Amino acid sequence: MAEIVSLAEAVEGAIHDGDAVAMEGFTHLIPFAAGHEVIRQRRRDLTLIRMTPDLIYDQLIGAGCASKLIFSWGGNPGVGSLHRFRDAVENAWPVPLEIEEHSHAGMANRYVAGASGLPFAVLRGYRGTGLETLNGAVGTTPTIKPITCPFTGETLTAVSALRPDVAVVHAQRADRSGNVQLWGITGVQKEAVLASRRAVVTVEEIVDELDPRPGAVVLPSWTVTYVAQAPDGARPSYALGYSVRDNDYYVGWDAIARDRDAFTRWLDEQVYAMPVTTGSAVRS
Amino acid sequence: MTYSADEMMTVAAARALRDGMTCFVGIGLPSAAANLARATHAPSLVLIYESGTLGAKPDRLPLSIGDGMLAETADAVVSVPEVFNYWLQPGRIDVGFLGAAQIDKFGNINTTVVGGDYRNPKVRLPGAGGAPEIAASCREVIVVIRQSHRSFVERADFITSVGYGSGPGDRERLGLTGAGPKKIITDLGVLEPDPDTLEFTMTGLYPGVSAAAAKERTGWDLAIAADPRIIAAPTPAELGALRAFRGEQGDKE
Repeated sequence: MAEIVSLAEAVEGAIHDGDAVAMEGFTHLIPFAAGHEVIRQRRRDLTLIRMTPDLIYDQLIGAGCASKLIFSWGGNPGVGSLHRFRDAVENAWPVPLEIEEHSHAGMANRYVAGASGLPFAVLRGYRGTGLETLNGAVGTTPTIKPITCPFTGETLTAVSALRPDVAVVHAQRADRSGNVQLWGITGVQKEAVLASRRAVVTVEEIVDELDPRPGAVVLPSWTVTYVAQAPDGARPSYALGYSVRDNDYYVGWDAIARDRDAFTRWLDEQVYAMPVTTGSAVRS
Repeated sequence: MTYSADEMMTVAAARALRDGMTCFVGIGLPSAAANLARATHAPSLVLIYESGTLGAKPDRLPLSIGDGMLAETADAVVSVPEVFNYWLQPGRIDVGFLGAAQIDKFGNINTTVVGGDYRNPKVRLPGAGGAPEIAASCREVIVVIRQSHRSFVERADFITSVGYGSGPGDRERLGLTGAGPKKIITDLGVLEPDPDTLEFTMTGLYPGVSAAAAKERTGWDLAIAADPRIIAAPTPAELGALRAFRGEQGDKE
């Protein structure tokens, strides 16, 4: 059964130095408040897993929380580069960042394999791309290998399962027993939670009863470790029905992230100086 | 009516989409063109975004592939594993509409690293996203990219998404089920693969663009069709719809 705790307690209890952490949410429902709490608690040496690192991992990488990133698209959507991610890869600032790189289809299937209790997933993908030949020949990328279909003899691609130590997701709401409900673009959150050993869910609100919603994903309380209330905890991403995506923040982030000093100031003012669950801004 | 090279490119890309098609849409230039097509000649174009929004009908340009209006206007919203496994992978989608940072003469796309080597790149780009499997599994692919000596290269620094590989026979050998890139639409005109060599050839030019200019802005020895088509300038209706989407008044590069 999920325990309902404060966000600070959830991060302290579930996320430890050296953990593999998957904070998911595909553009929608990105758990920014939880990410900022991880920065405030100064976690180090994390393996960060996320299909789209987005601003949330740009911030964690720039803050020096990560030693490895597993991802499939590292840009600022519709804006350009993630400059903290690039600075880490190109110049090892503030610390070196190892990368493990996939396509979206590959990452999604790696979560599916993890959630399914399988060691790998099969897809039509990667054939002929540089991703499957990073170390030379096809078959030498440790997490991407060709596999022969035992029924047709066709060559397909196997990707190894993702089994994070902890998944972190944001949802619209939970009930007092810790059952979680999310809707709109639901991305890979269900798969990430079920693939992980522990799960932290932040929610817009905690309600007495979850009335059914068409198309909603429900994570039963017994699949979740901690539920923490974090209103507006997805900003500058959004929670459908509660908030809209703060596109100006995404655009404004570019100038802050381009410059190490501007970023460091932002970190001091908008994260370290802020109480837990308070959203950050790109302008003061 | 004056228009910019980018507007001409977006209009030309929109015209490449036929009404009723299903289209897997990349963000940026392709998204602008696909939405323009839906607002003009292709009202029944089915837009599919990798966020799992099938049949999205945005009334302004989304900044990301996951903006709320895509979910709110979609025929269905499915999970990300589902959009790739059930919808893209079996070849249900007519056209993949992609952008690129670099493209080579066989239509291979690079969005990963430029210069240096993979572990020590000069420039680190965002990476693959959905593109490798979109390029592999859509029935055909259209690429929208500004043409320059740097972006149009003999051989991509890194192959993120496969076009025709090293030439004829490669897609079949790799087991890629879609037909591959059929058009590259740029700010100078349109390129199509030579039927025999599959090397991209300039088959159409915008009004006022010379073959010499196209050759100069290409990093390989670009072949120009014997009688390249002159592509019609944007109509006032096309420009009006494009600018309304963008909320813009005038030209903007």
